[in-house]
Amino acid sequence: MADTSYTLQARGICKYFGEHTALQDIDFALRPGEVHALLGENGAGKSTLIKILTGAYHPDAGEVLLEDRPVSFRDPLHAQAHGIGTVYQEVNLLPNRSVAENLFLGRQPTRFGMVDKRRIEREATELLARYGLDDIDPRAELGAYSVAVQQIVAIARAVELSGKVLILDEPTASLDRNEVEKLFEVIADLKARGLAIVFITHFLDQVFAIADRVTILRNGRLIGTEPLTEMSRTDVVRMMLGKDISFSGGTSAVGEREVGELLVSFRGTGRTGSLQPFSLDIHKGEVIGVAGLLGSGRTEMARIMFGIDPADSGEIRLNGTPVSIQSASDAIAHGFGFCPEDRKADGIIGDLSVRENIVIALQGKLGWFRALNRDDQLEIAGRFAEMLDIRAASPDMPIKLLSGGNQQKVILARWLATDPGFLILDEPTRGIDVGAHAEIVRTINRLRDDGMALVVISSELDEVVAYSSRIVVMRDRELVAELRGENINPSVIVQAIANQSDEAIAS
Amino acid sequence: MRRHPLMRILNAQTVALAGVLLLNWFLFPGFFDIAWQDGRFFGSLIDVLNRGAPVAILAVGMTVVIATKGVDLSVGAVMAVAGAVAATMVVDGYSAFTAIVVALAVGTLCGVWNGLLVALLDIQPIIATLVLMVAGRGLAQLITEGSIVTFSDPHLIFMGTGSFLGFPMAAVIALVLMIAVTLAVRRTAIGLFIEAVGINRSAATFAGIRSRMLLISVYALSGFCAAVAGIIVAADIRGADANNSGLWLELDAILAVVIGGTSLLGGRFSIPMAVIGAIIIQAMNTGILVSGFPPEFNLIVKAGVIILILVLQSPIAQQLLIFSRRNAGKRSTP
Repeated sequence: MADTSYTLQARGICKYFGEHTALQDIDFALRPGEVHALLGENGAGKSTLIKILTGAYHPDAGEVLLEDRPVSFRDPLHAQAHGIGTVYQEVNLLPNRSVAENLFLGRQPTRFGMVDKRRIEREATELLARYGLDDIDPRAELGAYSVAVQQIVAIARAVELSGKVLILDEPTASLDRNEVEKLFEVIADLKARGLAIVFITHFLDQVFAIADRVTILRNGRLIGTEPLTEMSRTDVVRMMLGKDISFSGGTSAVGEREVGELLVSFRGTGRTGSLQPFSLDIHKGEVIGVAGLLGSGRTEMARIMFGIDPADSGEIRLNGTPVSIQSASDAIAHGFGFCPEDRKADGIIGDLSVRENIVIALQGKLGWFRALNRDDQLEIAGRFAEMLDIRAASPDMPIKLLSGGNQQKVILARWLATDPGFLILDEPTRGIDVGAHAEIVRTINRLRDDGMALVVISSELDEVVAYSSRIVVMRDRELVAELRGENINPSVIVQAIANQSDEAIAS
Repeated sequence: MRRHPLMRILNAQTVALAGVLLLNWFLFPGFFDIAWQDGRFFGSLIDVLNRGAPVAILAVGMTVVIATKGVDLSVGAVMAVAGAVAATMVVDGYSAFTAIVVALAVGTLCGVWNGLLVALLDIQPIIATLVLMVAGRGLAQLITEGSIVTFSDPHLIFMGTGSFLGFPMAAVIALVLMIAVTLAVRRTAIGLFIEAVGINRSAATFAGIRSRMLLISVYALSGFCAAVAGIIVAADIRGADANNSGLWLELDAILAVVIGGTSLLGGRFSIPMAVIGAIIIQAMNTGILVSGFPPEFNLIVKAGVIILILVLQSPIAQQLLIFSRRNAGKRSTP
């Protein structure tokens, strides 16, 4: 049953990294002349799948077929030679070389063994014209042009080198609206030329604007491939977040609970180029759940609250008094704590011991000279290790040797040791084992009942619904809805994220 | 988890030092002879301590800089600047005390400059300190007006050639500095913060550590240590030689830190072990001299030791070590 209508096909792809299953039995098929959106939250397996299609990884099971012939690419260069080109979010061209040189890098036409500069420039001009970039001087440095132009040059280069399949990995992440439109014109043109295009993005608007079909992955599994004409935005979000239709029963158990007095309030707090101004009041004994897709501004909000990227508008009040939060140490001095999303890059200090990782924020608060001695440190580390059930062979072992779940508990312990009034948790349960997951959810509930104010960002809607007193929904770098009471329910959240039936959630 | 004090002393660095000293003794049987003369000790061993002191002092500052994932290439040039300042000031009639204080202040200021480039402008340390490595020697030549400024102030000379309780002044200063800085970073939280910033600056910032102030301080300390070493070297030869004072010593200091077990990738550090590293280097130098080999051998032997250390610290060797330990563990369990 030779199905000749597919340019590139992947069948039954599995990929394992040690114990971790990155992809399980994935089928993916790409027709010529279609734009195929590939969607999924972080860790869903999008980039692993792309790396398998382009030969950067080799599948542990399954096969890749190019025009119905099984292929096994050695590396992305090999895949490119067979017609599969990739353009990444970060343009990896040479900004300090000319546009023409970038287009022909690695395949320069030569004359008497020397690079034929004139021919490169002539051909580059013709090439650019085909992409609607008539006004670009091919002799100018690539870095002098906007990211959008660089992106299109990268696409032109990839298409010239490959010509059958074009994979666009979040090409629009750093573009503004006009630039996105320009890019879309180019994509539509390439589609008309019969290229098969894979489009990865976090922006649903763009998916519906340009894609023909969508494939959704979640936790390394294929959720489905559907034509977009038959899908609503809510359907897509539901498939991404894994919400089945058993919705109505999910209303929060804590929604109607009495909350304490106002602790922190953000008024028109925002940061140019990062997040639209938002206003939010957070009371003692309250968990604010933050929902939204990746790239919706969830993490940006947390970073502004904690002073990593200080706000440039609005004001922040603590117990009614305006405070200035320009850095993480300012935030900590005011009793804030923050468990970041990227545990490895921003959380753990790998070579330091579990004990030192627990006390470091408290010690940072105490300053250089009021040092906790070893016995103090052991006492604090021991107390929190017991409270959070941290499983470490010894408090003196390096934290990098612990499992992800235990590392996360150590980071949580680090903040609890500072006795914070306000704690921000960004994806506290991502990528950790079931036991640690339950322990962290239990801790969130206990801290709320003890009167702490918490903001919890999570993609796990069931979980957010279970412990939140209120939920704010982020979309396109803006706080778009605040849900309370019976609106704290996965179906309403999904609708709010998807921007449908706004009247249903007017609170 | 506390080990017996004797066990804590027994590690790669002390074993290496003992090995080098024993080899020296084997090549030159009089190596361990120490004589008492004119109110001070004399002997090859004392000579090692005396000659090794400048690099040991540089290594104290270099250790904390390297622990923050940085490096300070300017220490040799800062030595020349500090020596030039001290020498010209005593020649101009200032007291030795004033001259020393000003020279130390100038050295510290040089370190602050490096720290500002690294911490505020985010310039890579190797480039940021290269600026002063080149410019510092020019600065020293401007101060000495191109000549070797000789002096005869007895107080200043005492810093390089004097003795305290029979031990050479330079070695005593190195010891005091080592103990003072070690206590200052280990009895406060500074040591922990330095390690945290060196291992993961982003995570350290998230945990509320103000890494900029910390970085400026460690480079300032390195500049201060370089100034101390520069004064000692100038006092030793009774003159400030802007061209040759401290020449290439930054490399010896880095080598001493690495021999001392502090990784160039930042993180865990030990100041006393870096000082032992400096003594190992000097013991090799002295050993080759007293055993009658031509001094050219010195450079070859040093290169050999560097290669050996780098191989031992390489990821492949580390994996082999862990592997062999694990196998040994398996064999011991029935």
